[in-house]
Amino acid sequence: MAARVDSGFWFPALALGVSFLKCLFINAYHSTDFEVHRNWLAITHSLPVSRWYHENTSEWTLDYPPLFAWFEFGLSHVAQHFDRNMLQVENLHYASPSTVLFQRLSVIFTDVVFIYAAKECCRCVQEQKGSQDVLNRPSFVLAVLLLWNFGLLIVDHIHFQYNGFLFGVLLLSVAKHLQSQHLQGALLFAILLNLKHIYLYVAPAYGIYLLRSYCFTQDNKDGSIRWMSFSPLRLLALGSIVVSVCALSFGPFIAMGQLPQVLSRLFPFKRGLCHAYWAPNIWALYSVLDKGLAVLGVRLKLLEEAELPRASMTGGLVQEFQHSVLLSVSPSATLVCTLLSILPAVASIWLRPCGARGFLRCLLLCALGSFMFGWHVHEKAVLIAILPLRASYQSFSDADVHHLLLHSSQEAPQRSGPSAPSSGGHLPARPGRRGDRLRGGLPPVAVATEAALPPPAGDVGVLLGGRLLLLPASVRQAAAAGRQTQAAVRSSNSIL
Amino acid sequence: MQTWSLVSICVLLGVVVRWGVSLNSYSAGKPPMFGDYEAQRHWQEVTYNLPLQEYFNTTDNDLNYWGLDYPPLTAYHSWICAYAKIINPDWVELHKSRGYESPTHKLFMRTTLLIYIPAVVLYCLYLTDGSSKKKISTLLCFLLYPGLILIDYGHFIRYNGVSLGFALWGILALGLGWDVSGSMAFSLALNYKQMELYHALPFFCYLLGKCIKAGPMGRLFLLVRIAATVLATFALCWLPFLSDPSQALQVVRRIFPVARGLFEDKVANTWCSLNTLIKIRSILSGDSQLYLLACTFLAVLPASFRLLTKPTFWHFKLALVNSSLAFFLFSYQVHEKSILLAAPVCLLLNDLPLIAIWFLQASTFMLPLFLKDGLLVPYVVTSLAFLFFSLYLLSALDHCSEDELRMGAYNKLLFFLPKMDLAHVVRWKFYISVAVMAVLSIVSIALVPPPHLPDLFPVLVSTTAFLHFFGTFVYFNVVQFSEPPSRKSQKKNN
Repeated sequence: MAARVDSGFWFPALALGVSFLKCLFINAYHSTDFEVHRNWLAITHSLPVSRWYHENTSEWTLDYPPLFAWFEFGLSHVAQHFDRNMLQVENLHYASPSTVLFQRLSVIFTDVVFIYAAKECCRCVQEQKGSQDVLNRPSFVLAVLLLWNFGLLIVDHIHFQYNGFLFGVLLLSVAKHLQSQHLQGALLFAILLNLKHIYLYVAPAYGIYLLRSYCFTQDNKDGSIRWMSFSPLRLLALGSIVVSVCALSFGPFIAMGQLPQVLSRLFPFKRGLCHAYWAPNIWALYSVLDKGLAVLGVRLKLLEEAELPRASMTGGLVQEFQHSVLLSVSPSATLVCTLLSILPAVASIWLRPCGARGFLRCLLLCALGSFMFGWHVHEKAVLIAILPLRASYQSFSDADVHHLLLHSSQEAPQRSGPSAPSSGGHLPARPGRRGDRLRGGLPPVAVATEAALPPPAGDVGVLLGGRLLLLPASVRQAAAAGRQTQAAVRSSNSIL
Repeated sequence: MQTWSLVSICVLLGVVVRWGVSLNSYSAGKPPMFGDYEAQRHWQEVTYNLPLQEYFNTTDNDLNYWGLDYPPLTAYHSWICAYAKIINPDWVELHKSRGYESPTHKLFMRTTLLIYIPAVVLYCLYLTDGSSKKKISTLLCFLLYPGLILIDYGHFIRYNGVSLGFALWGILALGLGWDVSGSMAFSLALNYKQMELYHALPFFCYLLGKCIKAGPMGRLFLLVRIAATVLATFALCWLPFLSDPSQALQVVRRIFPVARGLFEDKVANTWCSLNTLIKIRSILSGDSQLYLLACTFLAVLPASFRLLTKPTFWHFKLALVNSSLAFFLFSYQVHEKSILLAAPVCLLLNDLPLIAIWFLQASTFMLPLFLKDGLLVPYVVTSLAFLFFSLYLLSALDHCSEDELRMGAYNKLLFFLPKMDLAHVVRWKFYISVAVMAVLSIVSIALVPPPHLPDLFPVLVSTTAFLHFFGTFVYFNVVQFSEPPSRKSQKKNN
């Protein structure tokens, strides 16, 4: 191609191209999440702050942390120029063309944060020496994988959510850590937690990493912890950042004494173990096993059919239910399982830290562990694992997991809409030795087909594969960390 | 990256953009006529339920309600599509299914890409010069051409993609030297939509020229082979109607309705634009069609003659463009969407990128049409995307020298004007014209026209478009008569 293409103009071209594509989906199908956000625009615009977390005219009550509510409040001031009627709380399911246009454009515009974060991540990628064809450069591949992530496209621009903006903040925080600007990274993560609390999934990774690699300024020669190098000043700095952000966000509600109400909205444990559409996690397998045993038990006359509870777990209703044969699972049980699953990863970055690269992998494993064992997990939560995985795209094992995870996230959102087009494609990397840079050509694009699999079957298939790879991955990380005795990579600023 | 991976990505992107556009509103309508989508569905109803002989006449078939007015191949295609009855019989129940619409039916009917896209891919890979990266860029720009996407997938008139696809296969075959297959493909295109007549003259002149250039024996042999193929194809398509001459005549009458007026709506052709100055419509009566035919013929003559004397592929491409433009600008009962027949300009994306992009952008600039269907967002998005990506990938603004634009002849013609840096001038004209088109688009949407001039904006738009088309017509005629590109300059372009 001509000189201009090589001169670095490819990033704006990619960003512009995907933004144009997003505009074409403005009039596509949108899910109930559209009404959710319209309702929140109305609540934050029309009602005083004291009513925000008490309002329940609509079934879609405000269940994100206060900073997101303030974000919606800001958006509502622009919204009033498009269509004032959408800001009436009573106008349930209001979806005039201007409303749709405004909401879609707001997602497209806030994706600017994501584009900026992708640019920062690309800057952290080490280029190979020698002039290379643009299409084979690692930074180009990373930019395509991040900007043109079809899972995110489908969830954000068809199904309708604000994930692009939130993932932008997450990736920016990760990029800051890779550039050794830990305080900025911590600030961004604190803001992120107050925007959407699902990122608590990855909070252990941040906590342990910052404590071990930032608060302890030096390591021993063999990489183990040097207790004397603890810096209380740094701990104080981190603590004050987190506390001040939380104070800014929750402060008004604590002052009004509404904290319990807010917390009950944020953490609704009455919603049941599995979401209406099952996320492909352990509890889905567990429920299938339970059902299978129940049927078997009835057949073998070991159980009375009348004794079995009547609840249908995939009935689309959000409710609590009891398992019939196996033990019922409580929220604390899921918490214990989650903590056990992320223990190896977290322990490894405590005992043998590998710098920012290790942190990224730990983040990924925390996300996966919480996805696998968490309470009431949404299938879309797998995106939290996918995007950092792309950023840490390195070797054969990562590519495998990436392949499977991407497939599961492609299938999931399609079930939420009959006419969502499956325009998926992804670029699996050619397998290489561990630690290799991305090199050489990439095999042809594989297209994810619009297969209408019934929820349990498809998820179980993916689930088994994912499950099998998850445990070895965390064990492998611990082993790899043990092998690398050169720790102190605090100043490392590359992720590949 | 391997070529075929990149080709797959381009094709998939083209498909995604088409599907994205199709998610927007289309030419749906209200009773009693319902719009073009309904026309398609009605034809399926008619062809499925009635015997062949009655497709074109009025026995059980109400011709006033979207009567079939395309040649037989369209009818057969509708009949095949009507096998959708397997999925849902309600779609094609005779008389009862008027106004029936459903999303799956929409998707089903958007499968024209199967014929069009492979032809485009093969053309870009085998008949364009340059590095493989350049070919891929050309492919992407060809597939992103907004006019065809918006009409076929947004506005949903007819299967333009099928007839253009067949014509492209014909061009491809002729480019590879397979004259007989090429003529067969083009005959199929003609039998699908009679508008392909716009392209018939270049095909004829090119093949005739080749026959003349061949040796005395080869000449006769080739002529006979081509004529036989064409006649056979036509006979095959018209077979059911040939048994009764009055049948055939009825079909011809439906296909060429001469009872309609000089032009419809605001079309960017000469007569409509002249109409703003002199009321031509009232001066010319129905009999003056002959004058118009003569006018069109005169416009087409130079290019065809040149092609006859020099039947090379380069001249063939230019003649296709010139002929379709001439027909559009001067012919009778031209419909706005006929400008799509100037899609052969896409064939020149590789050789004359800036002018091709400029023209393609102007041909999409039919805003009043799209506003009627609420296709504003797809129009804006696809036009901007096409403009940006084609300028970026083909580096059109860099290849603006006099030699590359083949402007040598202009200098000779306009020798009395002071010597200017032609490339600079062209570039500035391009910027100004894009700005004007953008401003007119915004103004048409945002402002309300003054009450005594209700059609002000459509007229302005069509006149601007007309000026662009006329300018392009003159330019391509000049290029056709200039010397063909030398080997040296071709190598420089790569």
